Parts: sequence; structure tokens; C-alpha cells
Amino acid sequence: MAGAGSNYLNHEKGIMSWLTSRDHKRIGLLYFYTVGFFFLLGGIFAMLIRTELFSAGMQFTPELYNRFMTYHGVIMVFFVIIPGIPAILGNIIMPLQIGARDVAFPLVNLMSWYCYIAGAALGVASLFMGETVLWGIFGGADTGWTFYTPYSIKFSAANITAAFAAFVAGFSSILTGVNFVATVHKLRCPGMTMNRIPLFVWALYATAILQVLATPVVGITVALLAMENIFGIGFFDPELGGDPVLFQHFFWFYSHPAVYIMILPAMGVISELITAFSKKTIFGYTAIAYSSLAIAGVSFLVWGHHMYVSSQSEIAGLVFSILTMFVGVPTAIKLFNWLATLYKGSIQMQSPMLYALGFLFIFTIGGVTGIFLATIATDVHFHDTYFVVAHFHYVMVGGTLMAIMGGALYWFPKITGKMFNESIARMSFVFIFVGFNVTFFPQFILGAMGMPRRYADYLPAFESLNRISSLGSYVIGFGFIIALYVFINGWRKGAPAPANPWGAKTLEWTVPSPPPHENFDKIPTVTAGPYEYR
Amino acid sequence: MSTGNTHHYAHHFESAEHEYESSKQGVWIFLTSEILMFGVLFVGYMIYHHMYPEMFKYGAKALDWRLGALNTVVLLTSSLTMVLGVHYCQVNNKQKAVMNLAITIACGAIFMVVKYFEYSHKIHAGKLPGMWFTADTHGFENLPLYFSFYFMMTGLHGIHVLAGMCLILWVLIRANRGEFNENYYTPVEGVGLFWHLVDLIWIFLFPLLYLV
Amino acid sequence: MSAHHVVPLKTFLKVFWALIGLTALTVVTAKGMDLHPFNGVVAFSIASVKGFLVMAFFMHLKYDDKANRYIIISSFFFVFLLFIFVVLDLGTRIPQASTL
Repeated sequence: MAGAGSNYLNHEKGIMSWLTSRDHKRIGLLYFYTVGFFFLLGGIFAMLIRTELFSAGMQFTPELYNRFMTYHGVIMVFFVIIPGIPAILGNIIMPLQIGARDVAFPLVNLMSWYCYIAGAALGVASLFMGETVLWGIFGGADTGWTFYTPYSIKFSAANITAAFAAFVAGFSSILTGVNFVATVHKLRCPGMTMNRIPLFVWALYATAILQVLATPVVGITVALLAMENIFGIGFFDPELGGDPVLFQHFFWFYSHPAVYIMILPAMGVISELITAFSKKTIFGYTAIAYSSLAIAGVSFLVWGHHMYVSSQSEIAGLVFSILTMFVGVPTAIKLFNWLATLYKGSIQMQSPMLYALGFLFIFTIGGVTGIFLATIATDVHFHDTYFVVAHFHYVMVGGTLMAIMGGALYWFPKITGKMFNESIARMSFVFIFVGFNVTFFPQFILGAMGMPRRYADYLPAFESLNRISSLGSYVIGFGFIIALYVFINGWRKGAPAPANPWGAKTLEWTVPSPPPHENFDKIPTVTAGPYEYR
Repeated sequence: MSTGNTHHYAHHFESAEHEYESSKQGVWIFLTSEILMFGVLFVGYMIYHHMYPEMFKYGAKALDWRLGALNTVVLLTSSLTMVLGVHYCQVNNKQKAVMNLAITIACGAIFMVVKYFEYSHKIHAGKLPGMWFTADTHGFENLPLYFSFYFMMTGLHGIHVLAGMCLILWVLIRANRGEFNENYYTPVEGVGLFWHLVDLIWIFLFPLLYLV
Repeated sequence: MSAHHVVPLKTFLKVFWALIGLTALTVVTAKGMDLHPFNGVVAFSIASVKGFLVMAFFMHLKYDDKANRYIIISSFFFVFLLFIFVVLDLGTRIPQASTL
């Protein structure tokens, strides 16, 4: 190893050293750039959706709107939120937190990034396929991100290409999952028992299990969809004796756990942030740790709540409804433990903590409205309305994105070795938080009034609330531009960061910022739990 | 790579033993996702089999169970030689290890050749999946669905056989260079696990598709 | 070293012949006797026994880390979950004639 001042960023030079790197921290940064790019793209599609819905009547064509909606969903789900926290923050931080020099299979880790790139390339390619709707070149999928049959098998090769992009990106997710499970099982440093690993690692572990067990199901399902399109195999085609609802079963067997692939790592980040900025030992470590596993387990038993009005049987609907409500239990356990951690803590309102508190507020609303949707009697009314849109944005955007932002800021000094501008970072929080609520709270009301989701147009009666919502989306967009400025400015001009700027206790803060190439000069030995504050 | 009988393990492991254990577990975790992937097809098969029992029974009769049984024996033999390949790596017998791995690849090839004859017969007779089906349905309205399952399940399995053969070829070349010994044979073990899984799936495919 | 457990060759051969024998058995039960309606169940049970033998001996699970056992059992468990809940839906649907 080179002398002092050598770290993973300057250990080797040149673009090839990055593209062939097996260092988990560099691969995490590669993910950061690519996921960041797709977040921007997905965000642009989101604002185009809101622009279309700014007024009653058509601003764009309905065909164009369908593409905006589909690509916003596909990109944000498969290329941003699912890889988001595990592949970026998890990759960089998790080995540091358990005292390992790398993840178990560094080459597999790199391969997972290339799978992601291949999937992303297919996704972008699908934009130019099918019936063209803009400038003679842009076509693309128009099924919405769920690729429901029979529509997806009857029209447009672009749908299949987009679905196949999700299939390839799924491999990236599986490989990350395999790597993380093996890493947590096998690479913990001496003394780091399973009851001493930080809660972020627990959350990633539960997520990785979901990734390994659920992703292949959607993989083969969308592969069958492609076969259905090419060969007309008939698994999901009633004309040939198949059952289209079976597609929904297979799809949601993955896609419901996928929701927890999105939110569990976010919960892990929040556990870290809350304890670090309250300067207080986490309340109920064991409860939070095992509730992650409980959520992962229950998530496999509830997928039918997406299908209450799909001709699924009523008894199955009842069973799924009851089981869905069980998700509320481990989730609430987490929430109350975080609140108990805050109680009598020495709370510091740094920008990562603001994001964490924003998470608590928004996620609670998202979670509670989930119970409305789990109840069949109310769901029949709310199904496919903006109430659902608002609910899952409260969970996925308000939950996961808040955690990504909080986590990115929290570990920014560790990753880059620089400090960011605190007051501008707080400003980004204000814009994102306020913009988020302005955008999505009206959608609850719209949904309860009966405005259906996915449509390109609406009745004039819904116009004023839609305008508020659209204006809010621009505020979020502005907030993320500020956040981008915070990152770029911090990286280029920030003051050098000390090893432990927040006074946190987990292992990643014991190494210099940025960490050296092999993380630890000497593998540490742990003798106590991760959060020994007071 | 290795010099003599010591293996230089990667920097993030404590020992060669640690690397071996971790790698093997990684393969097992990967295999669970393989099982889930095939599991979807099996679940679909069982559901439709239950819906159209007579049709599936008739479809199974259209396959030649003798070829299926032959392929089962071929794959079981390949599994045996694979495990012997691992065994001879463990006891530093390079020649026998290479020989057994070669037999394993040969068995895989035989399997694929038999499969080729089965496929070409079906394609010739118009017994193709779904909307490409042109043979007589003999009154079984949804008979094409049976052949969809037949082609999807054996097709996906066949892809795995080919992938497995490539992987075994890779470890065979490395074994031939003398890279494996009692302290380091992790790739052979991992590829072996994959190959046994391919065998395992065929063990279920054979009775379900050819016999019932 | 426990991890590098060298299994005697004889064990593998015994398992191999057991597998061949079970293959013959499954053919005989399906083709020779008509056990309707248990054909499927019998064939599936024999396949499960064969699968167990392959995993326990050829895949060394009998001599392996416990963790690997749980990992592989979990995968079968989750396939079972997928099956049971889909069946729960399909088995309890009430067919209705279209009113159109």
C-alpha cells in the first residue's frame, strides 16, 4: 500500500481503473453516478406528467403522456429506488461498518454494475422502439411500470424491451443480494456478532434476502412475457387457456417485496441517523433488527392486496387483507423505537437529521394510508385512484428518497473526504420537504374524490388541486437542483473532513475520510455494540 | 496463482479456508434464486395441470418417455462423474479429475443431442408452443399450452445445461493446468453445485413432463 | 479440516445406484401401474427423494455448514408460499357467467 494520504479515490488513476475496479467503494460511486443520472431522467418524466396534468384538457398528446408515465415508473422503480440505497450507500458503507476489507465477491459486485448498465441501455433503447410518438424517433413502452397482460403482449415491441430491461437489471439486484448475504454471514470482523452489527447492516441483510428470493420470480415472469409476445405461448392468454391474473400473481410476488427492497434500507439509514444525531444509544436495538427480518418475511405473504379488483377470489382477498395489516406491526415497532431514541436525546438539527425527521413525518402518513388500502372495503373505492398514487409516493419518495438524501449527506464526508455547505443543504431539505407535501397531499384528496390514476386528462372539477400538485412538483425539482449543487460544491470546494465529523460510533468513522484502499490497516476487534453513546 | 499446494486467497479473507467457505455459501445463495426462478414455472405447471388434467395427460403421451428416461440416466451419470471430479481434486489426482470432468461434459453433450432430436421431431410434427401449434389437437382445446410448458421448461433447463458445460470446461482447463489441489478446489466445487442443481431440476422435470 | 471433508467413493456409487433405481421405480409406477389419481403425487414424491439424495450427498449438504442447509430449505419454502397463495386464489374463485 502507498504511504500517507493514499485513499481509494487516488489509489489508482484513470478511467479504466474505475471501470474495472473491484473496490466496493469505487463500485458504489459508479452506481451513484449512474443511478443519479437515471434519477434526473425519471424526475424529468415526473415533471412532464405534472405539466400535462397542470390543466384540464390536453397539453401533450395522450400517447406521449402514456410514455411519460411508463418511463417515470420504470426508471424510478427499477433503476433508481431499488438499486438506490443498497448499491450506493450499502456498497460503500456496509463493509466498513462490519469491519471488512471488501464485500465477499468483489468481481461479482462489479458484474452487478455492468448488469445494471446493460439493463439501463436496454431501457433507453426501448425509448426508440415501437410506434413513434414524438419527432419521428421517440416511441417506447406505454403499459405503465407493471406491464400487465393482455395489453403488454398485444402491442408494441417496446413494451417487451422495457420489460426485458427490468429483467436484466434484476440480475444486478440478485448479484448484489447474493454478495450482501454472504458478506454479512462471513466477513464480520472479530467480535462483530450478529447482535452487534449496525442496524443499517441489518436492514441491508433483510433487503438482500428479499433480492435473492424475489427478483428471480419477476425475472422469469417478464421473460415469459417476452415469450408470450414472440411465440404466443399462452400462459397468460385466456384465448389459449391461460390466465392473465396469474401474471399479476407472479408479478406481485416480486413487486410487493420489492416495495420493501426500497424501504427497508431506508429504515436502516434512518436508524443510523437518529441515533447519531440524538447522541443516544438506539432504543430497542433487537426490536428494530428483528423487525427488519419480520417485515421481509411478511412481505411475501401480502401481494394479493394489489389485486382486490382483479377477479381474484374474495376469500383470497380477505386473507391477503388480514396479512397485509400485519405489516403495520413491525413497521410501527420501528417507528416507536425511533421516537423513543429521540426522547431525551441531545438532538442536533444537522441537515441529515432534518431529512431523518422528515422521513418520520412523511413515512407515518404513507404507512397509515397503507392500512386504508389494505382494507378491502375502502380499497374497492380507492383502487386505481390518486389516493394510491399519493400513498406509494409518500412511502417510496417521502420514505426512500428522504433516506437517500439524509444518508448521502451523512456519509458524504466519509465518501469524499470533504464537508458540504450545511446551510444550503438545509435549504434543499426545506424545498424538497415542502414541495413533496404540496405535491402529494392534494392527491390524497383527489383520489378520495375519485380521480383515477394513469389518465392523461381529468374533469375540470379536479383542476385546482391538480395545479397545486403540479406547482409542488416544480418545487421538489428545484430542491433537488439545490441538493445537486450541495454535492458538487462540497466535493469541489469543501473543507477537508475529519475522520468522524458527527461524533458517531460505528466502525466506518474510525478510518480516515476518505477511507484507504483496503479500508482498515489492521482489522479491528469489536468488544461492544454499535451505539455506545450513553 | 497457486504455487505448490498453498493458495493465495484474496486480501479481504482471513484464510484460504475462510475464502472457500464464503465462496461456497455464495454459490448456495445464488442457487436459491435459481430454484425460485424454476419454481415459478413449476407452480404454473401444477396449476394448469390441475385445471386441464386430461389434456396434460394426453400431452405427456406425445413425448417419448424412453428418451426422457435415457436423458435422466445420462444426467445422473454426469452428476456422479462431477462429484468424482471434485473428489479427485481433493485427493490431488489430476488425471482422474480431468477425466471425470471430461465425461461430465460429454454427458451434457449427449443430453443436448437427445434433446435436439426430441425438439426437431416436435417441430417437424408442428407440436409447437401456443399459437405456433399446427398439429391435430385431438379435441383437447388447450393442448398447445402443454407444449408451451414443455418448451419453456426444457428450454430454460437446456440453457442451464449449456451454461453448466461451459463452466465445467473452464474448470477442466484450469484443472489440467494443475491449479487445483487439496487446499484449493473452490471453482470445481462451485461449478459442481451448479451442475447438480441442473440435474436436480431435471429429476423433477422428467416425471412431471413425460410421465404424468 | 472439517470443511474439506473427503467422502469415500463408495458412498457416491451407492447413491448413484439408488438414484438409478428410483428412476426405474418412477417409470414403473407411472407406466406399469395405473395409480390414478395418485400418479402425480407418487411421481413427485419419488422425485423429491431423489432430489434429497442429490442434495445430501452429491452437493455435500450432509457434511456441510448448517447455514447452507437453511439457505436451500428457504428457497423451497418460498416456492411453496408462491404456490399456496396462488392456489388459495384459484381454488376459491366462484365462476360467473358474463352478464353481457
